[in-house]
Amino acid sequence: MYPSHLKYTREHEWISIEGDKAVIGITDYAQKALGDVVFVELPELERRVEAGEAFGVVESVKAVSDINAPCSGIITAVNEALLDSPELINQDPYGDGWIIEMEISELSEDLLSAEEYEDLIAREAE
Amino acid sequence: MGELKKTTLYELHKKLGAKMVEFSGWEMPVQYTGIIEEHKAVRSAAGLFDVSHMGEILVKGPGALALIQKLITNDAAKLTVGQALYSPMCYSSGGIVDDLLVYRLGDDEYWLVVNASNKDKDFGWIKDHQEGKVTVEDISDKTGQIALQGPRSQEILSQITDINLGEIKYFRFVWAETAGVKTLVSRTGYTGEDGFELYMNAEGAPKVWQALLEAGKDYGLVPVGLGARDTLRFEARLPLYGHELNEEYTPLEAGLGSFVALSKAEDFIGKEALSKQKAEGITRKLVGFEMLDRGIPRAGYRIEKNNISIGEVTSGSFAPSLGKNLGLGYVKSAEAVLDNEITVIIRDKGLRARIIKTPFYKREVK
Repeated sequence: MYPSHLKYTREHEWISIEGDKAVIGITDYAQKALGDVVFVELPELERRVEAGEAFGVVESVKAVSDINAPCSGIITAVNEALLDSPELINQDPYGDGWIIEMEISELSEDLLSAEEYEDLIAREAE
Repeated sequence: MGELKKTTLYELHKKLGAKMVEFSGWEMPVQYTGIIEEHKAVRSAAGLFDVSHMGEILVKGPGALALIQKLITNDAAKLTVGQALYSPMCYSSGGIVDDLLVYRLGDDEYWLVVNASNKDKDFGWIKDHQEGKVTVEDISDKTGQIALQGPRSQEILSQITDINLGEIKYFRFVWAETAGVKTLVSRTGYTGEDGFELYMNAEGAPKVWQALLEAGKDYGLVPVGLGARDTLRFEARLPLYGHELNEEYTPLEAGLGSFVALSKAEDFIGKEALSKQKAEGITRKLVGFEMLDRGIPRAGYRIEKNNISIGEVTSGSFAPSLGKNLGLGYVKSAEAVLDNEITVIIRDKGLRARIIKTPFYKREVK
């Protein structure tokens, strides 16, 4: 159900790690919980963020939610398509709905595997 | 946190895949498929809402009208049987206890339909002022309420009811058999669209709900949750208690002056304060604005002009029908001018916005 090549945070972000590069977005569970996404606030390029730090905001019709970094490092790209089409996060959270790309300096110590993440949301649903 | 109340439609909502949330002590559907989709369905076709959580208070007896006239700012004396009106209900300060609908059911019999979140407070307030030959009864728990809203509402409802709906004018109601259930059919609503609010015994609500969904199948009717109910009322600039209305704001400040009958024969609670405020002029005013910079205004955000605070946002949202980020909020009267550029503080950043005409959305009346 949750892509096994990704790692997850307890705040419902996903991170795809390739060497020292990471692509980051929010999970399918998160987009469903938010509902229709209507606004995304993206960080500036070259900004340095710490693991766990809020680097952006995603807003649905009813909710405002921080997006937190699953790793420390430097932001190397942002998905500008989200500025005009925030609904991409609902439509394709692991693909066209990606949010930022980072150069990793250090991963968060608390990343979950797909299986662990599924356990987490199963518990949240109870 | 006690046990949440459930309407008699609860099981049907679950079956329809609704996402349920807590609202004023009730477990209610916030959405079924998605807020934007549901919102657009109401604007283009029709939507069905469970609003059984609303409060209904029955006021009956020879002293009923006198009590209502004392409590509300609008003039219920002009109501004929079969007619409804909207009114604020105020404290002596002019602040608002609640906003409600008054239905005249009979010569000495009225229904007050109040917000779920205020029902107990309202009932207490009404009981506190009860005098003369009048009974006041809270019939909320035994009353179901379903709203059918949108341009195709009349076509849909006419299939399952025995009356000529074309004869029911805005803010009028009749009793009818709907899907075999005795129903008060009222041409009112909270969306800015044509439509009906239907009241029936709570146990009859599921039958009416299902018959309507069935009748509306070919007309684009969908069930709609509280999420889209809020965005629909917001676009139509219909106030929401706890946002545009509360005990701090008066109906005059909220732009509800046409529902304050200072000239009605009876004295009413808040009259003195409101007369004084009208004579002296209001110092703040509810306005609508659109964001010029990228951002969504939300309730509680500060509004500034030239770095000085001039008020705050009461409601804000992406408006699905207009594709814009809009807000409602109170600002100092001197700043409440069309096209005035204001600043909304969103996450510590000042973003530009412009005061525009309201309602943001107005349906075309054919």
